[in-house]
Amino acid sequence: MSDSATHRTIDAVWRIESARLIAGLARLVRDVGLAEDLAQDALVAALTQWPTDGIPRNPGAWLMTAAKHRALDQLRRDKLLEHKHEQLARDLETDASAPDIHEQIDDYVGDDLLRLVFIACHPVLSVEAQVALTLRLLGGLTTDEIARAFLVPEATVAQRIVRAKRTLAAACVPFELPHRSAFSGRVAAVLRVIYLVFNEGYAATAGNHWTRPALCDDALRLGRILAELVPQEAEVHGLVALMEIQASRLKARVGPAGTPVLLLDQDRGRWDYLLIGRGLAALERAERLGGALEPYALQAAIAACHARARTAADTDWNRIVALYDALAQLAPSPVVELNRAVAVGMAFGPAAGLEIVQTLLAEPSLRAYHLLPAVQGDLLARLGRADGARVAFRHAASLTRNEQERTLLLARAAESAGADG
Amino acid sequence: MQFLMLLKSAETSEAPPQALMHALGTLMGEMHQSGALLSTGGLTPNAAGVTIRVADGHLSRTDGPFTESKEVIGGFAMIEVASKEEAVELASRFMAAHRDHWPGWSGESEVRQVYGDAEPVAEAEGTATNTHAQP
Repeated sequence: MSDSATHRTIDAVWRIESARLIAGLARLVRDVGLAEDLAQDALVAALTQWPTDGIPRNPGAWLMTAAKHRALDQLRRDKLLEHKHEQLARDLETDASAPDIHEQIDDYVGDDLLRLVFIACHPVLSVEAQVALTLRLLGGLTTDEIARAFLVPEATVAQRIVRAKRTLAAACVPFELPHRSAFSGRVAAVLRVIYLVFNEGYAATAGNHWTRPALCDDALRLGRILAELVPQEAEVHGLVALMEIQASRLKARVGPAGTPVLLLDQDRGRWDYLLIGRGLAALERAERLGGALEPYALQAAIAACHARARTAADTDWNRIVALYDALAQLAPSPVVELNRAVAVGMAFGPAAGLEIVQTLLAEPSLRAYHLLPAVQGDLLARLGRADGARVAFRHAASLTRNEQERTLLLARAAESAGADG
Repeated sequence: MQFLMLLKSAETSEAPPQALMHALGTLMGEMHQSGALLSTGGLTPNAAGVTIRVADGHLSRTDGPFTESKEVIGGFAMIEVASKEEAVELASRFMAAHRDHWPGWSGESEVRQVYGDAEPVAEAEGTATNTHAQP
């Protein structure tokens, strides 16, 4: 195997193993930052040794053993010989010589991973730091990959991660599961981070691409992992359902030249029915666990209405309006209201939709939100009010930071101008 | 990125060893827990299969068994991973389990990527080459 092929294999092994590796190490050294450093050191060792020695039979176990040896060295070097550390060093020594370390790690790995998830999304961290740390520790992404995904300089991400680890250490955040009373709230924070990552991939807020599917895949993967770790949490399945169904449309969402294709114009033959099936199953699971009225499950139910419709004309808009009504009651927000306006516009005509949009025009939090004038433009165009539509679409185009979306909005403005004459 | 993994081998009436089934169960469990496994299944013997063929403008149907085929597809898995190497690594683990738990068995796993929604490799201006998303 050539060196570059070996390196690609190591990257792949890292992606598969790193989260479990870091989680297992964090349990041993009780410090996520140190655990990650040790795992990184093991990765560096693999990068030096595997190209010459060949890829080991069990790469995951190899990395774990290498990391544990480093943990031992580190503890000895630092002469941290308080009783606790002595004990820890002894544990490590016995562990490291055991033949089936990998199996031992596997015994605890579920809980360890879950602890790691909660630490990465700990409330002492800013949301940006939570996102970076989650992708890094659980997604196995490099700092560079995270930076590219969010179109920020690598140094910014690196610093976010360093600072996050420092914050966790300073706050003495223990490597443990949240207390039962705080559990659901902490799960909600994790879901927020995962959905934020997904959305950035699904409708990139900036840049030259309309979607970044790799980011959606990362979020979905994290969601699926979490659903396995806390299967009793209904809302996790609600979010997974939402992401599976939305991701099923990724291929159909982008036209040949990279231009956006909106839901009702999509070629439904290009939807991924495997993902839709998984999404519907996850939604059913959320509903069975009593989570039908949770915000993610409601949004998934709306997405499911579209997924079940064979053609755009078959869409059950009345049901979608009812679901948005429920969402607006349970998790009211101007963005939900705007989506409700779209659904109402489809179910009861553009005038009814526009009525809701008009109540939102004064909403301060939507002042810079390009989708508000975009929806307004669409409803006005359907009412035959071409002048108003053109102004709205132009306004929307001026607000978006996504190039492909800007092009689409300007094209719609031009169409409205055409309709005028 | 989605990949289809096909497991092919000479058809045998011999039942796979328990140890292999156990190892595969663990492996599949891990792939499920890590979010990589989308769907998987084993296929019934090719004797029960049917082939519909088009040749010279005609459709023809042939019922199994297909004695001419040396290797048959025994099972499949659809997985979603971040790179081809990751798919290859998972398929290798699957095959390593066969090597370790079914002495004398031979066969292959074919790994094929599903055409997907991968992003363009590079921008015209060369601003954002997203290696993370490359096929």
